[in-house]
Amino acid sequence: MTGQTITQKILAAHTEDGRAEPGSIVTIRPDVVLLNDVSGPLAFEQFEAMGATRPFDPARIVLVADHFAPAPDVTAAGAIAMTRAFAQRHGIEHFYEPGRGGIEHTLLAELGMVGHGTIVFGADSHTCTAGAFNALGIGFGSTDLAGALVMGQLWMRVPDSIRVELVGTPGPYVSGKDIILELIRRIGSDGAADAALEFGGPGVAGLPMDARMAVANMAVEGGADTCVFEGDTLSTTDMALRGVPTAPAVLADADAVYRERIVIDLSALSPMVARPPSPASGVPVGQLRGQRVDQVYVGNCSNGTMTDLRQVADILRGRQVAPGVRMVVVPATQKIWRQALAEGLLDVMAAAGAAISTPTCGACFGGHMGILAAGETAIATTNRNYRGRMGHPDSQVFLANAWVAAAAAVAGEIVPPDEIAQTAKAAA
Amino acid sequence: MSLTFQGRVHRFGDEVNTDVILPGRYLALRKPEELGKHCMEGIDPDFIHRVQPGDILAVGRNFGCGSSREHAVIALKAAGVSAIVAVSAARIFFRNAVNLGLPVILCPEAATSLREGEEARVALEDMSVTQGDAAWRGLALGDEVRAILAAGGLVPRVRQALAA
Repeated sequence: MTGQTITQKILAAHTEDGRAEPGSIVTIRPDVVLLNDVSGPLAFEQFEAMGATRPFDPARIVLVADHFAPAPDVTAAGAIAMTRAFAQRHGIEHFYEPGRGGIEHTLLAELGMVGHGTIVFGADSHTCTAGAFNALGIGFGSTDLAGALVMGQLWMRVPDSIRVELVGTPGPYVSGKDIILELIRRIGSDGAADAALEFGGPGVAGLPMDARMAVANMAVEGGADTCVFEGDTLSTTDMALRGVPTAPAVLADADAVYRERIVIDLSALSPMVARPPSPASGVPVGQLRGQRVDQVYVGNCSNGTMTDLRQVADILRGRQVAPGVRMVVVPATQKIWRQALAEGLLDVMAAAGAAISTPTCGACFGGHMGILAAGETAIATTNRNYRGRMGHPDSQVFLANAWVAAAAAVAGEIVPPDEIAQTAKAAA
Repeated sequence: MSLTFQGRVHRFGDEVNTDVILPGRYLALRKPEELGKHCMEGIDPDFIHRVQPGDILAVGRNFGCGSSREHAVIALKAAGVSAIVAVSAARIFFRNAVNLGLPVILCPEAATSLREGEEARVALEDMSVTQGDAAWRGLALGDEVRAILAAGGLVPRVRQALAA
């Protein structure tokens, strides 16, 4: 028997017969089932239509009101009310809404429900964020997850694996976002179709968990079924900090078989910006110098972490958001929001002229809290820039890391962040 | 459910993502008749006025990529789309479509050859796609996918399992 990839090993540990050969169809029993206020209500209706009376295990179900939360209108309020009611009816304790929750994928990690070898089934494409923690997050639609709520399992094809070897140390202003934008630029929006992206190599050790989340989050933008980082000392320590029960890191066998091997030299990367309308259209930030922006948006499940907020504050401290530019900052969870407050970061941003939002998926998906008008341009730390993603079909979104986004807020246009960092700060 | 579909062809290109099939601002809606009105609004606002019940989409690479929103499939079905012939389709979209009984036939030759506005026929029995004198054969469906489509979607399939 040939060696196994991380993906095979984790999937095999969640099948009845312990087998998971790439290309085969298996039935997987996940550890956690995750739904939100957009995917949840459709799933709850299907759950009823299936004739089910109770979910497989209330303790392993997590419901998060994050997309249209706090509710912008009566329809959205009704969807959140449905989610709340489902939680109450079935004794699901893991129900979160504004004030106690945040964006589902960041929140799930905070709750200590994801660690080495965990499988999360989420009714959200960015469930792959869990890959940062040496876990498998797999995205589905609402009806599939209604089935998972009823049966506690779903069929899936075991993906092939693509090994992404990270080497070198990133230079200044290069973050997790730049690694994934570079990878997707190389492989295209479906380069990882029917595959899991497995991140490993000597470059992983230097990447903080927030950076790994930023990378894992956008695996789906390369078409991947899921993704996973190698577990290491840092992910082990991180599990302890988040209160996750100890579990050994899952590593690939030396003779594991990969569909493809890709090497990314982190020391050769520049901050990247993906041009609209595709996350796969990244270029080094310098190539877009002078591109005017109307709105700067920092937040979402990929880049609304403490790491991102500290990067924003580094740039904004002693500086001002340019006249005519709106800046919206959305910490990903209530815990992050409070820590940013305690560290004084929110005050730095507010003093610079940025608006600070409560945690929400908000404008990232064109829902609310910062929608773009026709003809407007945004730079955002989010994960998609498809046509009309953030509002009017004739608006556009550039994707970048938080340093690049904050630098654009100060300059009023896209500019390499080191150039802003070198400019004098205003007198305090 | 019938496993044969016939209708006029509407062509779309590569990477038609779920954001343009059903824009995010409508995601708090759930009723098919409400979602159907906004089908393809992000890429072709006139589509909803041209599409007729039973029509077939011929689409490019990575159809339905992006968000997992099942609302996109509900909108397509409510607009009248009966089947999709694709060069390739994103995994989550493909599953969502199957689960709601909307077949997606993976057949690059047919997807790139079907002529806009003319009648075509899709038969799941043999995965054939025909238009006039031209005929193609799509990728065979897996057993699980076939069983879900034959049952009429995942809801009846799970109902059967619960009753067994």
